[in-house]
Amino acid sequence: MTRSEELVRRRAPRRVALGWAFFERQTNLWKRYWAWELVWILYGLVNTLAITFIAKQAEHGGLVRPAAVPRLTLFLLIGTLTWAYLSAVLDDMSLVITWERWEGTIEHTFMTPVSRTVHLVGMSVFGVVHAVVRTAVIMACALPFFDVRFAQVNWLEVALVVAVGSVSLVGLGILTGILPMLYPERGVQMSFMVQALVLLVSGVYYGVDVLPGWLQAASHLSPATFMLRGLRAAMLGGASLGGQLRTLAILAVFGLVMVPGSLVVFSAAERWAKRTGRLKRQG
Amino acid sequence: MNSAATWPHETPDADLPLVVRGVTKHFKRRGRAQSSSGRRRVHRAVQSVSFTVQPGEIYGVIGANGSGKSTLIRILSTLILPDQGEVLVFGRDALRDPASVRPLLNRVSADPSFFRAMSALENLLFYGRAYGMAGPAVRRRSAELLARLGLEREATEPMTELSRGQQQKVAVARAFLSSPRLLLLDEPTTGLDPRSKRTVQRFIDDARRDGVAVLLTTHDMDEAELLCDRLAFLAGGRIVAEGTSAELRAQVAGTDRRPDQVDLEDVFMAYTGRSIEEDEEEDQPVEVGQHDPI
Repeated sequence: MTRSEELVRRRAPRRVALGWAFFERQTNLWKRYWAWELVWILYGLVNTLAITFIAKQAEHGGLVRPAAVPRLTLFLLIGTLTWAYLSAVLDDMSLVITWERWEGTIEHTFMTPVSRTVHLVGMSVFGVVHAVVRTAVIMACALPFFDVRFAQVNWLEVALVVAVGSVSLVGLGILTGILPMLYPERGVQMSFMVQALVLLVSGVYYGVDVLPGWLQAASHLSPATFMLRGLRAAMLGGASLGGQLRTLAILAVFGLVMVPGSLVVFSAAERWAKRTGRLKRQG
Repeated sequence: MNSAATWPHETPDADLPLVVRGVTKHFKRRGRAQSSSGRRRVHRAVQSVSFTVQPGEIYGVIGANGSGKSTLIRILSTLILPDQGEVLVFGRDALRDPASVRPLLNRVSADPSFFRAMSALENLLFYGRAYGMAGPAVRRRSAELLARLGLEREATEPMTELSRGQQQKVAVARAFLSSPRLLLLDEPTTGLDPRSKRTVQRFIDDARRDGVAVLLTTHDMDEAELLCDRLAFLAGGRIVAEGTSAELRAQVAGTDRRPDQVDLEDVFMAYTGRSIEEDEEEDQPVEVGQHDPI
């Protein structure tokens, strides 16, 4: 063994510890920016209330039968909370590059001996945990405003759909995170556009079957469509076991394709950024 | 100062901290730099640069802003891919296998960049862990480094509360935290007050004594004279002269003057035809996103 091989072997870092570095860093940042977290929770809560109150208006205006109001309330609540969760994951992942550019740390982080897979997995795990906590707080604050019944909810199915669906969301998040690397000045806005398209085609506040045909076709490209389908089936009742298994299988395929695929695309984008000199601080 | 003559000339690549052979990097410039014909102009950032850094050596690269120093450092830091050339760190190919060389090197840049809301300790904890160190080891080593730099009290303060000089010292601590065998220092003392500058220079000198190889870019001639074992002058992306300070001064002094009558500024002017201040005045800043490779 040569001296350099010995040096590298002795310093070969452990992957879990390396992934933990990113989780811990994001937690420290989250603590330091707690006021911003409050702002986002308040924004999410207001958004949840504003949309779910439409169910009360529908009852008040005689648009739906009183018996259907709790179901409509839960339908809208599932949409708003899923969107709060989904946008929290996507936001955290789209900040992988943007935040580091803003702080000026991108070069120091990208020259550490952490593989990009471990880096992104560490960020993803934080993103999912962060999104779960934020969504749970919004849900806890929103529920007292509405008469929601959970007797029919299959919580095991909810947990399964969220767990499997989150993997594909991470893949989508990594893909949106690439945009700020390729386009230092416009990338963030472009990732917001991706989020807006996901919001439109995934049937967050309505079923996708109300969309025009071409948008219904586009809805099949969004993992959020199937996550929402699985969650509504688990929480509103009436889901067949076969239907739920099919939804879970589709979400699993999304995850299996999107996570490795997004990692490959991220690596290619990083290589391109290194060729063009874009992998540096901004401002 | 050590003499280059003391370094073994037949050292195998695997034992050499840094071997750079024929490294070239060109960018295409957009925007203001576009020519009247509408075609993008080529910016030759680094051109056929070759040199070797020996174990325990401080190798200085002197040049004005825009001379290619930072691009060169970014290439060596595995952050920019050159168009041509080879970079070996302890015999490992830094361009084809960057993961294998990253544990061996670290860097200080002219601008200390940190997660500003986090404290010095929290920042160091992240970077230490990212280099595979365990939490307690990072805390112990961070405390030791910050104490040596006179920053014990500031360790838990957010970085925004620290002065520019204090932040740069934390950047030095970050670079030393992982005990690198090759340090890439890109104008590490720029903008520091004389006292902070001396502290950082002492750190660099101590690293040399510990056998760490250092590549130091600077446009401070006094610093280069004080610290560097060998020097290279970079102008227009090319190395225009290389040697020990004494050798370079002797070459420029010629037969008319004694070497001690010539300083490094004279050497710079002799090889580039201009003073370092003139070069800096002509330098144009380049924004992120304005470059494309050829």
